[in-house]
Amino acid sequence: MSIESQVVEIIAEQALLEPSDVSRDKTLEDLGIDSLGLVESIFAIEEAFDITIPFNANDPNESEFDITNVGTIIRAIETLVKDQS
Amino acid sequence: MKRVVITGSGTINALGHDVPTTLKAMAEGHCGIGPLDIRDVDRLAVKIGGQVTGYDEHSHFNRQQISLYDRFTQFTLLAAEQAILEAGLTFSGVLADRSGVVLGTSGGGLNTQDENYRAVYEEGKNRVHPFIVPKLMNNAAASHVSMQYNLRGPSFTVATACASSNHAMGQAFAMIRSGMADVMVTGGSESMLCFGGVKAWEGLRVMSKDACRPFSATRNGMVQGEGAGVFVFEERDHAIKRGATIIAEVAGFAMSSDASDIVTPSKQGAARAIAGALKDAQLNASDVGYINAHGTGTAANDKTECAAVADVFGTHADNLMMSSTKSMHGHLIGGTGAVELLACIMAVRDGVIAPTIGFEEPDPECAMDVVPNEARNVKVDAVLSNAFAFGGLNAVIALKSA
Repeated sequence: MSIESQVVEIIAEQALLEPSDVSRDKTLEDLGIDSLGLVESIFAIEEAFDITIPFNANDPNESEFDITNVGTIIRAIETLVKDQS
Repeated sequence: MKRVVITGSGTINALGHDVPTTLKAMAEGHCGIGPLDIRDVDRLAVKIGGQVTGYDEHSHFNRQQISLYDRFTQFTLLAAEQAILEAGLTFSGVLADRSGVVLGTSGGGLNTQDENYRAVYEEGKNRVHPFIVPKLMNNAAASHVSMQYNLRGPSFTVATACASSNHAMGQAFAMIRSGMADVMVTGGSESMLCFGGVKAWEGLRVMSKDACRPFSATRNGMVQGEGAGVFVFEERDHAIKRGATIIAEVAGFAMSSDASDIVTPSKQGAARAIAGALKDAQLNASDVGYINAHGTGTAANDKTECAAVADVFGTHADNLMMSSTKSMHGHLIGGTGAVELLACIMAVRDGVIAPTIGFEEPDPECAMDVVPNEARNVKVDAVLSNAFAFGGLNAVIALKSA
């Protein structure tokens, strides 16, 4: 399975949606994922790819990890998987 | 001072998943103690407990909820749902602001701690689920009840080991009595039956390996249980005005500290709490027909408790019934007083006195009517519920029939 489809699946599970509803342009807010849902998703992604995501819940906008929308999250995960493998 | 009544009750424990089942089991003298079904039980010396059986968290809660609710919180929410449903209350507007939650627990989310210490220490994992802290904290159960039912008044958790839920219910009682709140959801919960939880108790060497036999000369220690008991305490006029069914009246409460030893109980400390509860409830010693004992089944507790009761009640101690339902549901530690209050309700409301089961042989140092092995039908008007915690912290509640 590609990184993209795995990430989409994790986010969809968190949002209680079908993966087909999780398009790259959607923000987490669009998907109804709150701050607790976000940290839970990040944990699930870290577990799935065995990577460490530089995310600080105190100030998500200052993190290196770009959570603007589903697309930026997928790109960031792809980079992290490449760098940390 | 306002008067306080009970208008709702709920429970899940080794004897049943609701109040009617639990009371029926108590009246029939059922034993809820059996072999423990937990991970690594083969490495435990104590392999029995009053475990909640036939329970599947997935049939009550969704995945998201389970990620936030430790077993002690799940038990609390199930018991609270029953209690609030029975009371027939919904909380909005001023009532919501004047209603709160005070619950007791000793270990809080101990299963969550146990599982995650395993993950990082035993399995060497370097990452844990993000909700471990909100799941394990001792106030998680109180907060989730508050959130679920919109209880926006005074809410907190009390941790005084084996007296936690009596202390919690005492606080709820005092708040309504003083006018600080109109309705309080109160009681307690415990879920310590995991490897670490039982292993820690084993260390004290006060645990029985076969049964809990309070007051019997053959007793050989306590047995842990788990579960929750939750009640709706309500200002009496508030309950009457809305036509609620009153289960019993909370008549008085007292607490004391032994100020002597961290584990050995003191007769004087226990006696001061018992006498204090009588005085607070304006009861004469002769008014009391039944005491739900702390009755842990340890040598130290049972002797001290009987001596304290004899001191306070004098010759009336010979006419009193005093049983320990821990022989049936085990010792629920921080939740025990709440489940035991159900036996007190059964006494004042239904005239059924729960027995002390497993009783084999009288102990001259516990020379009281402990209602051995079989329940009794006796009408009683006033009862006490004792709780004497490690740390020497004592809390006694008095109930009267409605």
